[in-house]
Amino acid sequence: MTSHVLGTQLLYGGSGILLVLLGLWSFLVHAPLLRKLIAINVMGAGVFHLLVAIAYRGIDTPPDPVPHALVLTGIVVAVSATALALAFGKRLDRDGD
Amino acid sequence: MIRPLEHIVIPSGLIALGGLLGWSLFLAITGETGDRLAEIALARVPDSGVSNPVTSVLLNFRAYDTLLELAVLLTALLGIWSLGAAGPGFQKAASVLEGMVAGFVPLLILSAGYMLWVGAYAPGGAFQAGALLGAAGVMLALAGHRNAGLPSEDRLRPLVALGVFVFAITGVLLAVVGGGFLTYPAGLAKWLILIIETAATLSIGATLAAAYLGGRPAPEHATRESA
Repeated sequence: MTSHVLGTQLLYGGSGILLVLLGLWSFLVHAPLLRKLIAINVMGAGVFHLLVAIAYRGIDTPPDPVPHALVLTGIVVAVSATALALAFGKRLDRDGD
Repeated sequence: MIRPLEHIVIPSGLIALGGLLGWSLFLAITGETGDRLAEIALARVPDSGVSNPVTSVLLNFRAYDTLLELAVLLTALLGIWSLGAAGPGFQKAASVLEGMVAGFVPLLILSAGYMLWVGAYAPGGAFQAGALLGAAGVMLALAGHRNAGLPSEDRLRPLVALGVFVFAITGVLLAVVGGGFLTYPAGLAKWLILIIETAATLSIGATLAAAYLGGRPAPEHATRESA
């Protein structure tokens, strides 16, 4: 594996880790449900970054398809969980008044 | 003012966690990998009926995951519907937005069809196509179409369940004829994947648009009044 591929993977994967940490910090520190939900989504984006970085094998080599399929699955699950959480939040707001 | 928990304890814990994660990432991508799944998957792609490696993993090698994923999407929608009716929606769009929507929605539907077909050999597939259909629904909802262009609830129910239904029926039929659950016979794989992906695209698009409405769709007569 060339150093170019390694550098790309570390840069992309490192940004993924940074996103996970920022999301986790926001999730722990902020009380409002909507901010927590956004924080979880930022964490999820970080995890997808990491998986895509691990799948990368150079510009001329096809990437590892298994992590890519995992990311696609993950995006759909994240979207549906977010939609359900938003619906819960809306209902909580309505009943709270 | 410095609050110790928020500004010192949690950040230092997170920095430590970041160091640990970064170190694991470094070890994971520099270490000796041995046999990776990638080689096995890429070697078997010609047998899968499609030439895009990601689609062959999603719809063939790990079809079980994709079936369950569609079920997750359906379950989330059922959860949203169980929380009550959708809101009153947005007001009718002015003519500029209305004209843009009228132009973009057919384009989105066309691109969804393209995405679905191209997924066999290039990046694309049922989820990307479904997302485009969902986006068309969101656009209609934003422009004041109360049900985001979706049919009434009794026709919407079969539509959102279609993906899981076709996927599961295909799997069970294949198991009955002797191949095993979701083990496609060699010559038919391409067509079975295409049928499943088409059904999945329609369901995903309808589910995403219905989830955006945030509740059970309004009954038919109310739609006519607002239209």
